[in-house]
Amino acid sequence: MTKIGLEIHCQLTKLESKLFCSCKANYREHEINSNICPVCMGLPGTLPRINQKAIEKATLIAMALNCSTPEKIAFFRKNYFYPDLPKNFQITQLNIYGDTSVGGSGMVTIGDKKIRISRIQLEEDPGRLIYEGSSSKNQITLVDYNRAGTPLVEIVTEPDFENPKQVREFLNILSDLLENLDVSDPSLEGAMRADANVSIEGGNKVEIKNIGSFHDLEKAVHFEITRQESLHSRDIPIIQETRHWDDKRKITISSRSKEEELDYRYFLESDIPWIRIGKEIHEKLKLEMPESISSKKERYVSKYGIPDQVANVLSSDKFYSDLFEKSHTENNAKEIANIITTDLMGLVDTREKREQSKLQPSHLNDLADSIRSGKLTRTSAKNALYEIVKSGNELSQVISELDLGNVSDENELLNIISQVISEEPQAVEQAKSNPQTVNFLVGKVMQKTKGKADPKLTLDLLKKELG
Amino acid sequence: MEGVKKGDFSAEDFMSATIDRIKNIDDKVHAFLQINSDAVEQARQIDKKLKLGEKIGACFGMPISIKDNICIKNSKTTCASKMLENFIAPYDATVISKLKEQDAVFVGKANMDEFAMGLTTEFSAYGPSRNPWNTDYVPGGSSGGSAVSVSAFECVASLGSDTGGSVRNPASFCSTVGYKPTYGLISRYGLISYANSIEQIGPITRTVKDTAFLLNIISGLDANDNTTIDNGSQDYLSEIDSGIEGRKIGIVKEMMGEGIDSSVLSATNDAVSRLEGLGAVCENVSIDMVKYSVAAYYTITATEAGSNLARYDNLRYGYDFPVEGFEFNSYISKARAKFGPEVIRRMILGGFVPSSGHAGKYFLKALKVKSKLTKEVNEAFKKYDYLIAPTVPILPFKIGEKINDPVSLFLVDINTVMSNLSGIPSISIPFAMSNGLPIGMQMMAKHLDDKSLLQAAKALENTVHLPEVSI
Repeated sequence: MTKIGLEIHCQLTKLESKLFCSCKANYREHEINSNICPVCMGLPGTLPRINQKAIEKATLIAMALNCSTPEKIAFFRKNYFYPDLPKNFQITQLNIYGDTSVGGSGMVTIGDKKIRISRIQLEEDPGRLIYEGSSSKNQITLVDYNRAGTPLVEIVTEPDFENPKQVREFLNILSDLLENLDVSDPSLEGAMRADANVSIEGGNKVEIKNIGSFHDLEKAVHFEITRQESLHSRDIPIIQETRHWDDKRKITISSRSKEEELDYRYFLESDIPWIRIGKEIHEKLKLEMPESISSKKERYVSKYGIPDQVANVLSSDKFYSDLFEKSHTENNAKEIANIITTDLMGLVDTREKREQSKLQPSHLNDLADSIRSGKLTRTSAKNALYEIVKSGNELSQVISELDLGNVSDENELLNIISQVISEEPQAVEQAKSNPQTVNFLVGKVMQKTKGKADPKLTLDLLKKELG
Repeated sequence: MEGVKKGDFSAEDFMSATIDRIKNIDDKVHAFLQINSDAVEQARQIDKKLKLGEKIGACFGMPISIKDNICIKNSKTTCASKMLENFIAPYDATVISKLKEQDAVFVGKANMDEFAMGLTTEFSAYGPSRNPWNTDYVPGGSSGGSAVSVSAFECVASLGSDTGGSVRNPASFCSTVGYKPTYGLISRYGLISYANSIEQIGPITRTVKDTAFLLNIISGLDANDNTTIDNGSQDYLSEIDSGIEGRKIGIVKEMMGEGIDSSVLSATNDAVSRLEGLGAVCENVSIDMVKYSVAAYYTITATEAGSNLARYDNLRYGYDFPVEGFEFNSYISKARAKFGPEVIRRMILGGFVPSSGHAGKYFLKALKVKSKLTKEVNEAFKKYDYLIAPTVPILPFKIGEKINDPVSLFLVDINTVMSNLSGIPSISIPFAMSNGLPIGMQMMAKHLDDKSLLQAAKALENTVHLPEVSI
């Protein structure tokens, strides 16, 4: 049986500051080596200053993944030399001297499959290496320390995955969950990184390091299983080793470094005293804990009668579900869910478009009510939505500017209907013998009114005209 | 600084005289690695403020020397190492900002054993300091330059750091007061770490009162050091003359054992009878774990030093060394070649004792000794208000005499490391002279009983009358 385990590194991008100093946690907008201070540069004499918010957010993640949470947590030093590591040790957490990480064992379910979480730890991200020069001979390595000290949560699973599909499903659930908790923005470059270990039946465990995104993680696992299976089928032994993910060539490569033999000489980081996370903090976090995606979905289905499929899409994306929560009333909830999932998602499908969108929750409320009262057809509503996302104008203004109001004047509609009847004799005959086909004529009326004809009234009038 | 306050003389005059004295005698004792060339000007600014009736800090231009492992903004902080010969600190240590606010003036950076690893200041990469009482002798260490500068009147007070006795030991050898506060009482932000779980910055002064005065300024909670303790802005100076009548004192048996110098032994007995004369009750007490404390101390400090000193890879600061053209591992070993022999010795040890396969036998065992020792110490303080023992069981020795004899240096550590391992406050005061060499007496109190300890030390100090240094 194939066994896959994951180590996922997730930056707490929604925090204001780094884990041990007041430099920005969002280092991405800064010039190289400008988001730094004596503390995150590890200058002689500096000491880490723990960010309490980071501990709370990490604990929140642990609670959301059903992990045990200890009453006291501690930090440890992981000692190794690397140019991106200002102190040449990383402050991280460890569970070998008792459970002292923010999270102990937990569980995530994917359908019927249970994935066990072995631990969750909080640690500092190192800086970033930039390689310049083409050949290995004239290659130079530059270091950008802007990222050094960014709060990072490591989520370690047991080797419970059996195939890349389960891995993908887990990653989808996890990234929706992190977004829903408002701790991290998984779409930011480098915010989610991972290591994986993969073994197939009869083979040794292989570690894959340096996978820079969730997208690549699934690919890397897939590649590695294929590689191992092909070795196995030719009776070549699969050796226990560490491989690196080459994100340009999308393959795993054996690392020649003796990384496995490194001795990290872990010991307690006494510059940060043990931190108590008492019942009162747990209670506070429980209150802060946003409604889980699954319970949101359940509520959408049972309370508003929103179809399963729609509720699924709506609840798993924080941006859309927040919009929904802020706009709907008991009566128009279903209609708003419909507008969001069928029309809005196509309009704001990228991060930039979301950020530029001028749409307010009140707009959705107005749109849904107009549809329900027959003031707007769905088609007109879609056009209005397009305009509102661009301009942010009030719905009433948009309707009059674009002349989107429904044609619900009987005489006007009758005029158009008689035109259609004379132009489509064949369809008229058909409709007379088979009432099902009358929709074709309704469509023609809609075409002539640019979608503004009140559909129900049109149908009633047509039926009357056709006898 | 009463003279400046009253207007008997100016801060500038006092500073000029201090700087002149340093210029005249420092080549004999080598207390300083650098002199602050702006010191006199800074004192003049304080006089100006005084004249204009502006608010003046409590130090009134007091000349203070600072051990060279404490960062002063825009000045070199070398830890007496070639590794940091060009490191200019871009920030002030918390103790430095607090002293600046109180109008202290820093006369210079004091010599020390490289990265505070040593007991004699002979391991400074810039040459040893000398004992002002006899310049053939070591001044103790690692804060040797600090103690020398105070003892030889090159400043009024100094800040050192004490990891296993590094403030108290040179204070004892140079006949000054040396104070190691409760762990967490003084912020370590800006103190370059050697063994961060047990070390503290501590004042070196000529009187117990001066120590209490400085402690009032530099102690207390600091947002930049998560290990600091809120002491409620305690005033260590008030009630300092409370005396020790009726207090119980334990004489630590294990600190008066084999190898103790007979003059040190008789000085200790003398101290005990004087304390009894002041109304204290003294008894012998045994703290069994003391005999393992030095081994535990070296294991723990080496482990932490191996990690704390790993950052000196010369990529971001340090000394002039071209980075380009190396593969990383060979670069690291080249760049780190400037450490001195004692530092290298301890880092090799620090790579070994906590390594997987050996940690159980060494590092974890040392942690066990530490926690057992702390338990025994706490137990002793249920019965006694203070503990007493000589600061160092032997007299100062000649430069070069013991540098290559690590085992006999064991005796130099045995009486001081207990306070660091258990986190308790501890003070050394000048007590006697033997053949022209100083003997210091050490008193200890329980965790956070710093104020009471200073009262006891002051009571004992009142009974002591010693000559001034003749240099």
